[in-house]
Amino acid sequence: MIGTNPQMAEKPPLRHTSLVRITHWLMTIAFVALLLTGLEIVVSHPRFYWGEVGNVNTPTLFKIPVPASRSMVPTGYGYTLPDQNGWSRYLHFQSAWLLVLVGLVYVAVGFLNGHFRRSLLPSLADLSPGSLAKSFAEHLRFRRPAEEEAWSYNALQRLAYLVVIFLLFPMIIWTGLAMSPSFVSAVPSAVNVLGGQQSARTLHFALTCALVLFLLVHVVMVIVAGFRSRTKAMITGRVREQAE
Amino acid sequence: MNTLTRRKLITTGAGAAGLAVAAKLASHYGLIPPDSGGIYGPGETLTYAAQRVLTRHSLAREFSRNHISTKPFANEVSPLGEEFERLKQGGFAEWRLQVDGLVERPGSFSLAELKSLPQQSHITMIQCEEGWSYIAEWTGTPLSSVLDLVGVAPQARHVVYRSFQPDWWESIDMADALHPQTILAQGMNGGELPVGFGGPLRLRVMRQLGYKSVKYVTSLTVTDNIKKFGQGLGSASPEAGYAWYAGI
Repeated sequence: MIGTNPQMAEKPPLRHTSLVRITHWLMTIAFVALLLTGLEIVVSHPRFYWGEVGNVNTPTLFKIPVPASRSMVPTGYGYTLPDQNGWSRYLHFQSAWLLVLVGLVYVAVGFLNGHFRRSLLPSLADLSPGSLAKSFAEHLRFRRPAEEEAWSYNALQRLAYLVVIFLLFPMIIWTGLAMSPSFVSAVPSAVNVLGGQQSARTLHFALTCALVLFLLVHVVMVIVAGFRSRTKAMITGRVREQAE
Repeated sequence: MNTLTRRKLITTGAGAAGLAVAAKLASHYGLIPPDSGGIYGPGETLTYAAQRVLTRHSLAREFSRNHISTKPFANEVSPLGEEFERLKQGGFAEWRLQVDGLVERPGSFSLAELKSLPQQSHITMIQCEEGWSYIAEWTGTPLSSVLDLVGVAPQARHVVYRSFQPDWWESIDMADALHPQTILAQGMNGGELPVGFGGPLRLRVMRQLGYKSVKYVTSLTVTDNIKKFGQGLGSASPEAGYAWYAGI
C-alpha cells in the first residue's frame, strides 16, 4: 500500500518520527503550564525547608527573594501578590497528568521501536574523555553545526536528553507525588526515603531549576543551529524544504 | 481509503463507547468528584479517581512524639464575632454539633457528650496548600463513632460539614468520613485545642490538605446528593476556585 504512493517514494526519510514530534510539543505545553502554575504556587510560600515540616515559625534552608501571595509570610516586601493558587493548582495537576501520560507513551514506544537505542544511546567511542571534551569545547564556542549533523544528535545532546528523560522527569514526578498526603498514605516510602515531605518540596523545586536550565540551553542550542530549520524539523519532521 | 475511514470510524466509536462505559463505572464506584465539570474537570477526575482507588483504606503517616512541632503555625481566620466570644466565655458548654440528613436519629451533641465517646489520638502532619506544615497530636472522637450513633442510611455518599464561620463548609466522601483516622478533634498536643487551631471542635481529615480540616465545626449533614449543596460543586472551596478533593 505504502509503496504505491508516488509522493512518499520521492521524499527523504523523516528526521523526527511523528511520535517524537507530537510528544515533543505536547510535553512543551504541559511543561510550560506546570512551570507557570508552579511559580504561582511557590510564591504563596517562597520559603524552603529540609526534613518533614516547616512553616514561618521554623528556620529555612533558603528563601527566594520575592514577595509572597500570602500576608502571613514575612518576605521583607511591603505588599502581597494576588492569590492565584486555586486555578494554578487545578492546572498544575491537570498538566501533570498530560505530562505523565504522554511521557509513558513516549517511553514505551521509544523502547519498542528502538528510538532510544538508535537516536539517544551514545556510542562508546563518543563517550571517551577526549571526544566529550572536544564536543564540549565546540558547544562553548557556539559553533554552528554542519548541515549533515542535523540528521543525528551528538554525544552531549544524547547524554543531556537521556538525563532529562530518565532522571529529571521521573524524579520531579516522584517528588511531586511525595508531597501528596493521600498518595504517601498508600506509599509512605515514597516520601520517607527523601527525608520528609518538606525535603520532597525542596527537591521538587531544585529539579524544576535543573529542567529550566536544560530548557534554556536547549533553546539557545536550537538558535545556534538555526532556529527556523530546527523548529520546522520538529514540526514537519523534515530537515530541508521539499520540492513540490 | 475506504477501509481506513471505516477503521477510523470503528476505533472512534469504540473509543467513545469505552469512555462512556468508563464514566458510568467511575460514577458507580464513586470516582467522580463534585467539581468534575469545567476545563480542569478531566485532571481533577483523574486525580480523585486514581487516589481513591489507591488509598481507600490506606492510613496517613503517623509520627513519634519527638516529631511533634514545637512551633506549630495556624493561618489567621476572619474575626469570629461576639456570639463566638460569648460561647468561649462559657467554656463552650453551649457548643452543639448538629447531625442530620440521611440518618435514622438526627440530633445534636454537646462537646462533653462527644468526649464521653471513646477518644483516640493521632500524631500526624497537617499541610497547607500554600506549602507549609507542622506535626501535632490530635485527640478526639472518631467521626465514624458519631455516624454509627445516629445511624447512617446505606445510600449515603457524602458528609457535609459546616464551620461557625458562615463561608466555610466542606464535604468528604464516605471513604474519608468512615476512615479510622478521621476525628472530631477537641485536643491538641495533650491540651485543649486552641481557638487559633480550630478549637473547640475541628474535623481532622488526615489524608487531605489543611483546608479540608474545617475549624469550629457546628453541623454535619449526611447526603446521597452532594449537588444539592451550595452551587453543587461539593463545598465552598471549588466555589472559591480551589479543588474539592485536596489529597494532593
